[in-house]
Amino acid sequence: MLLNLNFRVIGETLPEFWVGFVSTLSISLTAFAGAIAIGIIACAMSIQPSRLVRAPAVAYVDVIRATPLLAQLYFLYFGLPSFGVIMPETVIGIIALSINSGAYVSEIIRSGIMSIPHGQVEASASSGMNYWQQMRLIILPQALRPMVSPLIGQAIVLVKDSSLLSLISVLELTRAGQTLANDRFMPVEGLATTAVGYLIIYFGLKLMAAAWMRINHPSERH
Amino acid sequence: MFLEQIHGIAQYYPVILKGIGVTLALSFIGIVAGTLIGFVLGIGRASSHKLLSLVVGAYTDIFRGTPVLVQVFVVFFILPEAGIELDSFTAGALALSNIAACFISEIVASGIRAVPIGQVEAAASAGLTRLQQLRLVVMPQATRMIVPSLVGQFVLLVKDSSVVSAIGLLDLTRSGWIIVQSVPNGMLVFSVVGIGYFLICYPLLHLSRRMEKT
Repeated sequence: MLLNLNFRVIGETLPEFWVGFVSTLSISLTAFAGAIAIGIIACAMSIQPSRLVRAPAVAYVDVIRATPLLAQLYFLYFGLPSFGVIMPETVIGIIALSINSGAYVSEIIRSGIMSIPHGQVEASASSGMNYWQQMRLIILPQALRPMVSPLIGQAIVLVKDSSLLSLISVLELTRAGQTLANDRFMPVEGLATTAVGYLIIYFGLKLMAAAWMRINHPSERH
Repeated sequence: MFLEQIHGIAQYYPVILKGIGVTLALSFIGIVAGTLIGFVLGIGRASSHKLLSLVVGAYTDIFRGTPVLVQVFVVFFILPEAGIELDSFTAGALALSNIAACFISEIVASGIRAVPIGQVEAAASAGLTRLQQLRLVVMPQATRMIVPSLVGQFVLLVKDSSVVSAIGLLDLTRSGWIIVQSVPNGMLVFSVVGIGYFLICYPLLHLSRRMEKT
């Protein structure tokens, strides 16, 4: 069944797939930037001494991690209009992806910060620096290194998750495949091309992660 | 108004219960089948036989690199082209079991690789066959590292199962989609759906965190 693919049709519809591919990439990039911003804020809140500040951040991370993205997406998609908020589907999708990934990014940042030897934190505290100086000069530079691989992993998850936006009729890679499948009755060609598009992004990010590991952690074997 | 809507949602409780049942059934089939197949694939992936390891790695990469939604569509729309007719529940269970197996295989393989090489050499010099080394020395140690991640995989699977609503299967997410057609308050309806998932997933998340600490 994979041997008699109609490559002529795939060739003809490649421009539509390219649009979907670029859309998936730009949605993912925008949402990832949003996720980093939300993740930094949520993480900063979750390591504060005050319980009042911590609680909302911890609750946010737990609620997001214990519920599916699709339910979160529908929550906004069906929920915003009932409050009179009308937005394009793509924007709703990007917001949902950012909020969802933000919870995971927050956890990644937190474990990066936790991985710093406690002596470093105490030494920076006793050096007379204020909180932001400690963060900027001592804590973050050491915490960032172990975050890189998990962040690339989260980027992979985000790109795959963005396929759910096809269910609220955003034109991206999955939707492009469905369109070919439905309009021309060619489910095999449509879904195969879509899958190849995701695999290109997946292996690209995987190679990046591997290259980073080789440069920064040459001692570990993979 | 708000109370009316709560009452409206409450009237749909059979639909919600059926949805929770389908979500749990799919996740349960997925984790059982996925663990069994995942262990077999993982042993192949960690094998010193280069070709076997490569083939398993390529197979799991294809499914780890594409969205669950696309895979559900492939099973539901493409297998019939090859003459395999599936109802939506079987298609969903098949897609979820396969994706769970692919992720678990990678966990199992890294668990096996984490067993110190000296252990394997000692077992070999004690005269154990390859199979005995695996069964008596490697797997018992690897499994201890694998179990916490398996609980995390189960949470992922419960969440991923929501995607089967796209092929018309009445799971917990689909039940919300149905209710929202007649109770026009998306946030309220999907909060109820979210609470359903939260009650299933949160205890498991908590368990996996506690296991990883010990």
